[in-house]
Amino acid sequence: MKSSIVPNSQLVNPTVRGAKRPSRRNLGYWLGVLPFFLFSALFLIGPTLILASRSLEGPDGGLTFDNYRQLATPSVLDAYGMSIRISLTSAILGGLIGFLIAWAISIGGLPRPFRSLTTTFSGVASNFAGVPLAAAYIFTLGRVGVITALLKLAGIDLYRSGFSLYSFLGLTMVYLYFQVPLMVLVILPAIDGLRREWREAAENLGATSAQYWRHVALPVLLPSMMGTMILLFGNAFGAHATAYALTGGLFNLATLLIGQQISGDVLHNPGLGYAVAMGMILIMAVSILVYSVLQRRSERWLR
Amino acid sequence: MSVSTAPAPVAVKSATTIKTTARKNRFWAWVIYIGGALYFLVPLAATFYWSLRAERGKFGFEAYRRLFADANFLPSFSESIVNAVAAILISLLIIVPTAYWVTLRLPKLRPVVEFITLLPFVIPAVVLVFGLIRLYSRPPLLWTATYESSRILLICVYAALAFPYVFRSVDNGLRAMDVRALTEAAQSLGASWPTILLRVIFPNLRVALLSGALLTFAIVIGELTIALFMAQHTLGPYMANLTRSKVYEPSAMAIVAFAITWAAMGLIQLIGRGQQGQIAGGH
Repeated sequence: MKSSIVPNSQLVNPTVRGAKRPSRRNLGYWLGVLPFFLFSALFLIGPTLILASRSLEGPDGGLTFDNYRQLATPSVLDAYGMSIRISLTSAILGGLIGFLIAWAISIGGLPRPFRSLTTTFSGVASNFAGVPLAAAYIFTLGRVGVITALLKLAGIDLYRSGFSLYSFLGLTMVYLYFQVPLMVLVILPAIDGLRREWREAAENLGATSAQYWRHVALPVLLPSMMGTMILLFGNAFGAHATAYALTGGLFNLATLLIGQQISGDVLHNPGLGYAVAMGMILIMAVSILVYSVLQRRSERWLR
Repeated sequence: MSVSTAPAPVAVKSATTIKTTARKNRFWAWVIYIGGALYFLVPLAATFYWSLRAERGKFGFEAYRRLFADANFLPSFSESIVNAVAAILISLLIIVPTAYWVTLRLPKLRPVVEFITLLPFVIPAVVLVFGLIRLYSRPPLLWTATYESSRILLICVYAALAFPYVFRSVDNGLRAMDVRALTEAAQSLGASWPTILLRVIFPNLRVALLSGALLTFAIVIGELTIALFMAQHTLGPYMANLTRSKVYEPSAMAIVAFAITWAAMGLIQLIGRGQQGQIAGGH
């Protein structure tokens, strides 16, 4: 009795649903995702497309690649160069320091509470960018900063010896404040993914600790580390607020150059400004792409 | 005989080496950790020290008093809070149905949706605002004509910037429950789609939504770049101006901002822990 009812209802259901309202339902699903696409088009894709199309326009209209050719002018190259130098240095240093800290709180054998404390702090510090971060560094290493004053008491005059917070070195130090925690947060799961058995197997085969790291752990972690450092590169490359707050927008950095171009045509060529912006998007897109490819590769090992 | 004795010395030796490497490791772990802690705590300590020195010759909270007494601080702060909350709500209203449909009925759209939610990471804020101004500052799409309309534009842009965070946490939340079973159960009880979303899916996503919302709040509340070029009187531009014009107040402001970020992140951790307990209890 029972067994005849169940197949029956299963038979009835699909015909009722499938025959009567498939198109209306599909329309309903699309209506559900429509606001998402509309929003993305209005506030993310549209603004990018207008920059892209303007960057291909000559002064009198018409398609041209002149603006991209002019990216080779010294002022643009300088800005890009400084951005790349700061981003690269802060990504590599931040990656290494972040990795070491992540190692210390996981495999290094520090007491358990340090781990959760550090991850919470990393969550805070990686989002503690912009004006407050710039202010904190001005009070620390600025001309009247606490560390500057303490060093002066000890007989070291930072600013007379050539240091400046508003320079390549200074900005890199400031950027490390959000780069290192981001590295800790992203790399920690990868380090956790190193299996105890791998280490035991290596030790049973007579490997030293150095050999284990060189031949087992690092090759497994490398895609993840490289990927995260590339993510850090993009993170620093696109940063505007911190550098603006620190230097008042008058430092030669790609993001600051675009800011100046918005306020007034400092490049004396609107088209070039659009090309600089598109160049930034291209560099960011490549770094995010490489990051996600490497991240996917490392997931193969770290499940 | 040799078979039975040979492994023993090896095992003893490796046990001691393991112990010494563990000790050596711990030593270096402490060195690295203390070095790192100094790098991160010194700027905070220095800023806090400055924030207490506003009155000559003594420590006190004068800088904080002046900050809160500033006629522009609380208005810009509250404006930023309203903007952030509005952006979070819009973002949730858009992302929850999208993530839900993508999980349940339109899996083919998933790569497209994931790609679009990554766009805020690809487009630097300063480039985005450049494009927004060029797109919306003249007819036919004049959107920045008045302060209020610019503000609405700013809120919408913030909502879009929150997409990556909100989508990821909602997606994780949806994966943690059986969306299909819940939906079919609700359908078989005669629930309509709005009822299913509002009374079945939303409540189950509470934790994911809250953590996405708090993360968005922490990022949006002090946002500078976009607000600056849209000439909005929010917290970010206010803080940047303060840093340039005052001596002691910026330090108090930085400490307050740090506390806000800390509160948001701490709440996320707290809620996350609650969620794990609930899941364990539910099973």
